[in-house]
Amino acid sequence: MVGNRYSWKTLLLELAIVVCALVFLYPLYLVVLNSFKLFPDIMSRSANWPEAFITDNYVRAWKATNFPNVLFNSAFVTVLSNAGIVLLSSMAAWRLARRAGRGSQIVLLLFVSSMVIPFQSIMIPLMQIGGKLELIGSLPGLVVLYFGLGAPFTIFLYHGFVKSVPTEIEESAIIDGCGMQGLFWKIVFPLLKPITMTAVILNSLWIWNDFLLPVMVLHQAKMYTIPLALYSFFAQYAKQWDMALATLVMSMTPIVALFLGLQRFIIRGITAGSVKG
Amino acid sequence: MPGRNTRIKLFHDAVFIGPALLFFITLTLLPFLFGFYYSLTSWNGVSGNAEWVGLDNFVRLFTQDDRFLRSFWFTFRFMMISLLLSNLIGFGFALALTRHLKLTNVLRVSFFMPNILAGLLLGFIWQFIFLRGFPSLGNMTGWSFFKLSWLGDASTGFWGMVIVFVWQISGYLMVIYISALQNVDSSIMEAARIDGAGGFRSLTRIILPLIMPSITVCLFLSLSISFKVFDLNLSLTNGGPFHSTESVTMNIYNEAFQNNRYGLGSAKAVIFFLVVSAITLLQVTLTKRREVQM
Repeated sequence: MVGNRYSWKTLLLELAIVVCALVFLYPLYLVVLNSFKLFPDIMSRSANWPEAFITDNYVRAWKATNFPNVLFNSAFVTVLSNAGIVLLSSMAAWRLARRAGRGSQIVLLLFVSSMVIPFQSIMIPLMQIGGKLELIGSLPGLVVLYFGLGAPFTIFLYHGFVKSVPTEIEESAIIDGCGMQGLFWKIVFPLLKPITMTAVILNSLWIWNDFLLPVMVLHQAKMYTIPLALYSFFAQYAKQWDMALATLVMSMTPIVALFLGLQRFIIRGITAGSVKG
Repeated sequence: MPGRNTRIKLFHDAVFIGPALLFFITLTLLPFLFGFYYSLTSWNGVSGNAEWVGLDNFVRLFTQDDRFLRSFWFTFRFMMISLLLSNLIGFGFALALTRHLKLTNVLRVSFFMPNILAGLLLGFIWQFIFLRGFPSLGNMTGWSFFKLSWLGDASTGFWGMVIVFVWQISGYLMVIYISALQNVDSSIMEAARIDGAGGFRSLTRIILPLIMPSITVCLFLSLSISFKVFDLNLSLTNGGPFHSTESVTMNIYNEAFQNNRYGLGSAKAVIFFLVVSAITLLQVTLTKRREVQM
């Protein structure tokens, strides 16, 4: 783009956009600030600096939400779902891309066209089928549901990437007597690492933050993921803002920390995924 | 020996494609097809038999279910306004952030931040901002904007939803627009400047046509995400007051899982699917056509 010189115009633009960013982050700042206040202080002057910093809200919220357990459930579901989705999708996409013929075109078309179906359009029968397969009411069941829901988009990502990987390496490996499983896991899968990163980032954000599927599948408090615990907390302690704000901050901390640590990868991954999708 | 070769191929197909296909068919394709069947029944989700009622559910939706039609109209207006604002803001930020500012990276992270948080979380955060933060700011600044009864009536509920959604998604659209703008060839821009094209002219005549593929993507994303809004709706307004801010997805959810009318809920889900597909298809066709002209 033009304008490499840092002129006074650029400075004004920079100042204006910094003000925008401060306005953007102000709601998060208010939530964090008020989470350290006593209840009356929150209610009477929520935009002001705290009269006294207290951490008692966090202690109570930590217990009320059973936070370590909730955090574990979220991590369990996200990690296992990702592992399964990547396994299923990378294998299928590679075979579909390398296998000539109309059959694989039709299967790919089936996967890709299903991406337009909104989840809300299939959720009612999905609960019925999930019930028959005994996937409802358990964390592993939820993970299996994510396999089926996450596969189409991930296959689409992998398929686009595999097509750009040259076939010569694979051909020479076959001549050297490499079996199909060995060929895929030892040679192909490592080459797919960039798109695996993209897939894991996109699927993790989706599964970690998902609410609608877990709320239909998990009914017991001990299985709650972070969004479910948050929802049930607000249903139970409506307007108890002291504990509620601490719970909100606790709920966002893991993903915000991860984002700040990996922001370059995450933003790149999300951009790549959406431009292809 | 064609038989043996074919068998080996089929075996590899089964091993590599089979598992993904099995999960996909059971957990996406079958539910999708069953949905069409259930929409023609009076199934209540509990009893085993779903009685066939033909198109009764659909007739009922369009003639007797004002609340459903209102939720559609609400979602449509929400989608149009959000789409417009989030793309304008996202694109504006992207233009600014490709001007070699000193704080580019910090700014990009700041604007993107709301996007990584769960919709449910954002709704609760903003409930606090609207209900507690805004009145306090109103007392400090005296601005009447902060003193409205936020989330208390249909119109502040609607705009509350729009504000939070635009706040969430603008940063996402921004990063897509940034990557598009970075790919615009600087020599073309230089040539345009030498030929005397001003800032606005080069924006509308050169930049916008060149990044049309990204505009297609961003419009598609903002359209489909806003039309499917659920979590944010649930946590921010819960459809209230008096169902005035109820989105279609929430209406479908309540019909099926609160009223236990799975048949009627499925009919709504079918209509929802058809409308979302039609609108996104229309949008992609319209903007793609402009890409081809370039």
